[in-house]
Amino acid sequence: MTAVEEVPLSPAGNPIGFGSMKRVEDARFVRGQGNYVDDVNLPGMLHSAILRSPHAHARIVSIDKSAAEALPGVVLVITGEMLAGVPRPSLLGDNFAWMPTLSYDTQAVLATDKVRFQGQEVAFVIAESKYIARDALELIDVEYDVLDAVMDAKKAMDPGAPVIRDDKGQTDNSITDVHGNQSWESGNAEATAAAIAAAEADPNCVVVTEQIPYPRVHPAPMETCGSVAELNPVTGQLTLYTTSQAPHAHRTVYAMVAGLPEQKIRVISPDIGGGFGNKVGVYPGYVLSIVGSLLTGKPVKWMEDRSENLMSTSFARDYHMKATIAATREGKILAVDVDVLADHGAFNGVAQPTNYPAGFFHIFSGSYDYPNAHCKVTPVYTNKAPGGVAYACSFRITEAAYVIERVVDCLAAELQMDPAELRLKNLIAADKFPYMSPTGWEYDSGEYEKTMRLAMEIAGYDELRREQAEKRAKGEYMGIGISFFTEGVGAGPRKTMDILGLGMADGIELRVHPTGKAVLRLSVQSQGQAHETTFAQIVSHELGIPPEDIDVVHGDTDQTPFGLGTYGSRSTPVSGAAASVVARKVRERAKIVAAAALECSPDDLEWELGRWYVKGDKERGKTIQEIALLSHSSLELPEGIEGHLDATAVYNPPNLTYPYGCYICVVDVDVLTGQVKVRRFIAVDDCGVRINPMVVEGQVHGGLADGIGMALMELIAFDEDGNCLGGSFMDYLLPTAMECPDYELGETVTPSPHHPIGAKGVGESATVGSPAAVVNAVIDAISPFGVRHADMPLTPANVWRAIQGRPMRTDMAVE
Amino acid sequence: MQTPAPVGYAKATSVSDALALLKKHGEDSRIVAGGHSLIPMMRLRIAAPEALIDINDVAELKGISIEGNEIVIGAMVRHAEVLSSPILFEHYAIFREAEKLIADPIVRNRGTIGGSMCQADPSEDLSAVGAALKGTVVIQSESGTRTVALRDFHEGPYMTKVAQSEILTQVRFPIRPGAGSAYEKVERRVGDWPVASAGTFVVVKDGLVADCGIGLTAVGAEHFCAPEAEAFLIGKEPTEENLSAAAQLAADSCNPFSDQRGPADYKKHLAHELTLRALRRSAAASQGA
Repeated sequence: MTAVEEVPLSPAGNPIGFGSMKRVEDARFVRGQGNYVDDVNLPGMLHSAILRSPHAHARIVSIDKSAAEALPGVVLVITGEMLAGVPRPSLLGDNFAWMPTLSYDTQAVLATDKVRFQGQEVAFVIAESKYIARDALELIDVEYDVLDAVMDAKKAMDPGAPVIRDDKGQTDNSITDVHGNQSWESGNAEATAAAIAAAEADPNCVVVTEQIPYPRVHPAPMETCGSVAELNPVTGQLTLYTTSQAPHAHRTVYAMVAGLPEQKIRVISPDIGGGFGNKVGVYPGYVLSIVGSLLTGKPVKWMEDRSENLMSTSFARDYHMKATIAATREGKILAVDVDVLADHGAFNGVAQPTNYPAGFFHIFSGSYDYPNAHCKVTPVYTNKAPGGVAYACSFRITEAAYVIERVVDCLAAELQMDPAELRLKNLIAADKFPYMSPTGWEYDSGEYEKTMRLAMEIAGYDELRREQAEKRAKGEYMGIGISFFTEGVGAGPRKTMDILGLGMADGIELRVHPTGKAVLRLSVQSQGQAHETTFAQIVSHELGIPPEDIDVVHGDTDQTPFGLGTYGSRSTPVSGAAASVVARKVRERAKIVAAAALECSPDDLEWELGRWYVKGDKERGKTIQEIALLSHSSLELPEGIEGHLDATAVYNPPNLTYPYGCYICVVDVDVLTGQVKVRRFIAVDDCGVRINPMVVEGQVHGGLADGIGMALMELIAFDEDGNCLGGSFMDYLLPTAMECPDYELGETVTPSPHHPIGAKGVGESATVGSPAAVVNAVIDAISPFGVRHADMPLTPANVWRAIQGRPMRTDMAVE
Repeated sequence: MQTPAPVGYAKATSVSDALALLKKHGEDSRIVAGGHSLIPMMRLRIAAPEALIDINDVAELKGISIEGNEIVIGAMVRHAEVLSSPILFEHYAIFREAEKLIADPIVRNRGTIGGSMCQADPSEDLSAVGAALKGTVVIQSESGTRTVALRDFHEGPYMTKVAQSEILTQVRFPIRPGAGSAYEKVERRVGDWPVASAGTFVVVKDGLVADCGIGLTAVGAEHFCAPEAEAFLIGKEPTEENLSAAAQLAADSCNPFSDQRGPADYKKHLAHELTLRALRRSAAASQGA
């Protein structure tokens, strides 16, 4: 199913412009010819391993590394104490033992005073092989004075709770953001409180409150994080091969952290095996490989193993949300208030625009038209790994979409109203766009009801409800769950959005060779999104050059212009727009060249795909390939016009784009064992214009699997002693093909009015939208047992316990 | 990726060769068969044997056959062979049902029945199957062979009657004409270890239960079996009421602990529910349903 217009095909059979075509990247991936960081091997390169804390909270009494240093093959053992002795510019503290986070907090590179989470970096061994480095870890003797740990965010602010960040002189576990606030609010607090109070007093209204936590999960990319640092002792040039979703931003951060001149730093992100936000931040391991190369004079590789990735790198979610929704008995929503306790771990390492300490969570008001919404987000430190914004969350939109879609279902249960009917009553009407949300977002475009009705039609919604009623009469329990989500993606307008002061605009560069072949240089970084395919298609759409004639270069700061990288579904909304803009610049330049060649005024020319021709005389024209050669030829161009067709652009988006969708999930629940089988999943996405529908569908498939995983099995829980209970793939369960149904996809296309090609970005839509659909379906199935809510993940045990009326707390160890 | 500690390696060509190698490499040497438990443990450095004795090429440990009234499975028979064996399927459907739920095809293509038995994970599916069918194992040492009942084989989690100097060579099961058998498992995700599992066989003769076996795993059942429940059922009609009462006796004999797969009360509930489901299907199969 595709709404893409028919376009001509290239000699290679690819669409010249938009349409499904195979990913050009796959040729190397399916042949095992990808080049990942761990494939990088430099002459003389040394290997490394990190000694990590076994404790969640402990004071370091002493570290004896002499036995490790004596192991043959060990080159150097670095401790926090040593790093503290390496000076760096005072701008960011005075030593290398600490580094700044993306939220203006500090994070230990190697612990000097205390360890603050299980898995924290304590020492770094550099050796001739990774095996020797790993063997040496067991020879380092660290004496710890174990302290009580804060593992339950709800107890972090209790009087007498152990203070985690005493290094900052704190006396409690509150987090103060860069603006000086300890909590962050959005929307209209007074009006929302008043509307809720009025509804409580009104017999014609209802108010529903539910605790809706989104537990800690992990991005778990197939490729773990790593780096190879080569600091040339003679030239001072640092080349860093690294698993980064944002190579340019990382380069700037390294320049700041290491005090190295930025022009001497080259960051190369080769093929990246999945990111999902896990590879946005800068990890101690990256910094240690750089310091290691500095101290040894040789290239140093650091590559973490699976457990290190799960236990120490950026987690996602960990939001304890309480939602209150007020509505009339007829089902008109009046107000929503959400109070959040946010668990940020031991260091505030969340990656999000400076002005948005809770990311874009305040888009929680969702896809519904009502006047009053308010949220308050209070972050705390705990003895858990830092991070916070990761895993395809669109800067906390995943949490936002989940809480609103869950509480709307709770409202439907209270009103005894069909959840589809309740949503249809409240969706923002098509004629209200652009729509200003109660928390200040300007939704750019949407035809929500059309999308929802299409999803219901594909699902056969009424028939499903009939089947459900019949089954219930026989003691069989099926559930139907709906989620309607709206995202704001493509951060973002430079005026309001920056990370560490770096505005979120993207540069781009297009070069057209004399033979009409082109090279597009991008700042964004594919981790599987198929940029090499789809960005060529954008240029192809604008210039008529076949996509196979356009190479896309990315992942090397020396070869590409500056930009903020790929996360938050921003590549298409920001760099995709830049690609269109830069191609149009080339097209305009080509027009001048064509006019000179055709001996007419540029005003007399008209464009058709791939060609300028003289108005009224279609035969008289020049193809873009002919123009490319002419632009390099002896053809005389008008005064002031340079030759060639190359162009650059920087795209500063005027607004976010707002993709949305309606998802319907059908599950069967065995109420005697608690097992959930996802029978069907219908996903209708509206991400505006689709550049490559096949790639979009692939993105949606992956995101739906993510969502099913989070709803049913994925979890990083901790016990009271601080042990991470999700530190391997035996414990951190990812969904397999067996848990995923044959997805039924549909689409509507409502172009973004402000994006040059009307595209909106779809990378995270399915991850954002699907968990609520799955959970709503399971709760719907077991609602005859009086269940209105149960926390993710809905494991068999959790579902059975919910049916028994004894729901489990999922974020802590099962008791 | 995870990197194991230095380890020695020797390839055995026969059982006697393997026994000699075990002796030569001493206390901290380990037999490696499929390696799907031991190697991950070594990568995680939970295990660090000094030497591995590889028995993958030992021909006498392979194959499934019938000897007299017994099915004999060589220790090196892989899960995939157990899954697809016509001999096993003819006599006991439980093997195919259990194997379909063990891990994934990659593990089943390497992992072995002998390895699973010797690993003795308290959540091992085949331990429940072996206990249900009241099988035996043959253990060989330099001084000869001995036979041990599977219900007497385990000495605790990850501990068995196989000594350091010995090798498990065969797993044997009695053939019971007319037996129906079944396996039931709840897992959090395909390929995960069980939250709880129950496997049973039932022989119904003249409308009464003439013989039965109940095996349970991951729920703290002593020796993976429920003899009281079996004793209760023998001689009774296989009615829903009797099967449920037997399943309850089985559940009552379990002592599960809470972990991330589920709380103890849930596992105990599953012990009943899954035993009941397996008994129902076993009895029905025995009666030709």
